[in-house]
Amino acid sequence: MNRRRFLAAWPALYSAQLLSAPAAPGRLLVVFLRGGYDAANVLVPIGSRDYYELRPNIAIGRDAVLAVDSDWGLHPALRGSLYPLYVKGEAAFVPFAGTYNLSRSHFETQDSIELGQPAGVRTYASGFMNRLAAELGAQRAVSFTNQVPVAFRGEASVTNVSLNAAGRAALDARQSALIAGMYRDTPLAETVKDGFASRESVMRELGEEMAAASRNAVNARGFVEQAPRMARLMRADYRLGFVDVGGWDTHVGEGGADGYLAQRLAELGRGLAAFAAAMEGAWRDTVVVVVSEFGRTFRENGNRGTDHGHGTVYWVLGGSVRGARVAGEQVRVARATLFEDRDYPALNDYRAVLGGLFGRLYGLGAPALAKVFPAAAPRDFALL
Amino acid sequence: MRLLLIAALPVVAGCGSVPQATLDPVAWPEDSAAVQVALLNRVSWGANRSSFGEIAALGSARWLDRQLAPAPASLPAEAQAAIDGMTISRRPLSEIAGELERQRRETDRQAYQQELGRLGREAQARTLLRAIYAPNQLQEHMTWFWMNHFNVYQFKGPLRALIGDYEERAIRPHALGRFRDLLDATARHPAMLIYLDNARNSAGRINENYARELMELHTLGVDGGYSQRDVQELARVLTGFGVDPQSASFHFYPRRHDPGTKALLGTTIRNGGAGELDQALDLLARHPATARFICRKLAVFFVADEPPPALVERMTQTFGATDGDIAQVLRTLFVSPEFRASLGAKFKDPMHYTISALRLVLDSRPLPDAQPVIGALARMGQPLFARPTPDGYPLTRTDWASAGQLTARFEIARGIAYRVPDRLWQGSLASLSEPTRQALEQAVSPREWNLLLLSSPEFMQR
Repeated sequence: MNRRRFLAAWPALYSAQLLSAPAAPGRLLVVFLRGGYDAANVLVPIGSRDYYELRPNIAIGRDAVLAVDSDWGLHPALRGSLYPLYVKGEAAFVPFAGTYNLSRSHFETQDSIELGQPAGVRTYASGFMNRLAAELGAQRAVSFTNQVPVAFRGEASVTNVSLNAAGRAALDARQSALIAGMYRDTPLAETVKDGFASRESVMRELGEEMAAASRNAVNARGFVEQAPRMARLMRADYRLGFVDVGGWDTHVGEGGADGYLAQRLAELGRGLAAFAAAMEGAWRDTVVVVVSEFGRTFRENGNRGTDHGHGTVYWVLGGSVRGARVAGEQVRVARATLFEDRDYPALNDYRAVLGGLFGRLYGLGAPALAKVFPAAAPRDFALL
Repeated sequence: MRLLLIAALPVVAGCGSVPQATLDPVAWPEDSAAVQVALLNRVSWGANRSSFGEIAALGSARWLDRQLAPAPASLPAEAQAAIDGMTISRRPLSEIAGELERQRRETDRQAYQQELGRLGREAQARTLLRAIYAPNQLQEHMTWFWMNHFNVYQFKGPLRALIGDYEERAIRPHALGRFRDLLDATARHPAMLIYLDNARNSAGRINENYARELMELHTLGVDGGYSQRDVQELARVLTGFGVDPQSASFHFYPRRHDPGTKALLGTTIRNGGAGELDQALDLLARHPATARFICRKLAVFFVADEPPPALVERMTQTFGATDGDIAQVLRTLFVSPEFRASLGAKFKDPMHYTISALRLVLDSRPLPDAQPVIGALARMGQPLFARPTPDGYPLTRTDWASAGQLTARFEIARGIAYRVPDRLWQGSLASLSEPTRQALEQAVSPREWNLLLLSSPEFMQR
């Protein structure tokens, strides 16, 4: 690097960090792929002969993947979206990630992950994102979903907005105040106030776009269109975000380099790239984690699809992520190393992985991390 | 002949094979107007003037008895005529399916998709009309409960053409009947077999999807004591039970069936061909874990998010003693002091919210258009027949009382409230808090008064 440029860049970087450190320790978006996406066909174990043998119809060829290293390749549907981020060093993958939960039930395992409790403990009082919000103090948190997900349940105040179809507010300020007044003595008092506040925030940030749209309504088709809206709201008002992306339960005809899964991935990749772009300068302080409840069977099933499995692959993206690599504990991908002779093992406990990441992102020490993920042992894979 | 049958259909549609009343009368100690309104708000889709008139005339006990063993009844004329005019009411599924299949193969994809969409919207509209107007409210309420329990997703494959039939022939006739019959009807309906991929499950090409959800979600519950091995064995039992695409009807394909011996939940199932399904469903429907799982879910729906364990236990006993007679189990629930103590404290999900508002606003006047209602449900996160995952919608408050959903509710309340020029019937709520009264006093018009009533904390609960 040119020495002058280095010197010129250094103070700017330093002062930005200094300025942002107390008030803006970083933004986090968790993207939950509901349904258990087929990780083995996304981060493809091209070095594994068994992969090609056990997936005769749906495997992705060595010459079709995007180059990662000699063991792994990336699904070609991510070529123009996620792969450029990966090449730039802004994306990393953590394979063999997952939970202790062996139910192979979508709902049980999703709840497990969102609650973030140690094995054998199950209370629905709070989810890990809510506990993280509490540790971070007055950080505003938002879920871009119709319902507040289990991960965000708990003491800290979390609002939710659905960006699918947000029209112009139907109630005026007086009516909103009258309604909020009816709730003043109820447990929903704060929730109702938060709802009106985030409605205002959406109108402020997206009002122009809505006015331009027909009939004052945003008609987002899928994640690709929602993602930049999420970025604008997070840039302006929120530090913690959560969003669901569904449609990954590929029991039948999932396809290989093309087909159903490829289409879902292309959409997801485009959405994530759009999110990164729309964060603009704030992308440098932002981390996006993509998780799913489990991976799928290593063998394809009788319907050119895959059934519920165990270990999966997490994605970590962000402007300051130390990416372009595959991180965490790994094992050679082969029939012999499968868990219960059918699935990827979960070598990287999700609580340890996320705990380590939050430690880096927010400078949280062991006591704080122990509140977010009780009785977990955070592993620092130096992802930031 | 066919015309006659068609004319007779809608009238008997309400009763199906519900066992005739052999129930003891419900014992119901207190019967004030406030309790009757609270009872309507919990057992039915919501109180309005006409249903209050009915319960006031009968008394709560007799009203409950009638709801538990419903006699045939029609809807108000306009609503009934709208249902009777629907394709899904006039033509049997096999005929509809045959025509669609022709369209699909003749590659008239656009007409095929349009027809699917139209049939799906008919089914949605029929469900809404019945929820709003049917005199047999408990049966409609339970039909929704079981549609949700045995959830299928209308946007998978051709399901929009099947979902009306699924509700009409698999769910509604058994909504207050025996759990074993209900389970059987869902297991043999093409909608379920297609939705959970069992239509593709065959020997050597196993698909575990239905086997797993049948135990986890439909019968035993995730803690019901089954293993991954049981899932695999049940998947083998279920091989060959599929769908004949021509008639869209249940069909057993013996050559796709795995003839080997299976070990399911400690019981050996030997090669029994089509009979293996009965054996497996008997085992699941009569398993103690199923009784507990179903009874707890009913108590969550009708009593509280965390229902009293003693009540669930009594219901479970009734379930066991009556071989899963749903009306008897509900009777145990309705006569319980726990139920009476809980009235008014259950948070409405979007469906309950919307239907109760419409019942209050419309009473017996016709619904101009079902589409905005379908849109409102979707906006609040509970689109009808469109939960993609087999678990169905959650039944507890935490899932529906978020900031974003409440804001959406208030806006939807405005859309409904502003259609009515006069004040709504305040008697639909057993009582109003002081802050709600204060807000209502500040309303500048009857329409705004209606908006505030439908937005009040009291109206959010049932």
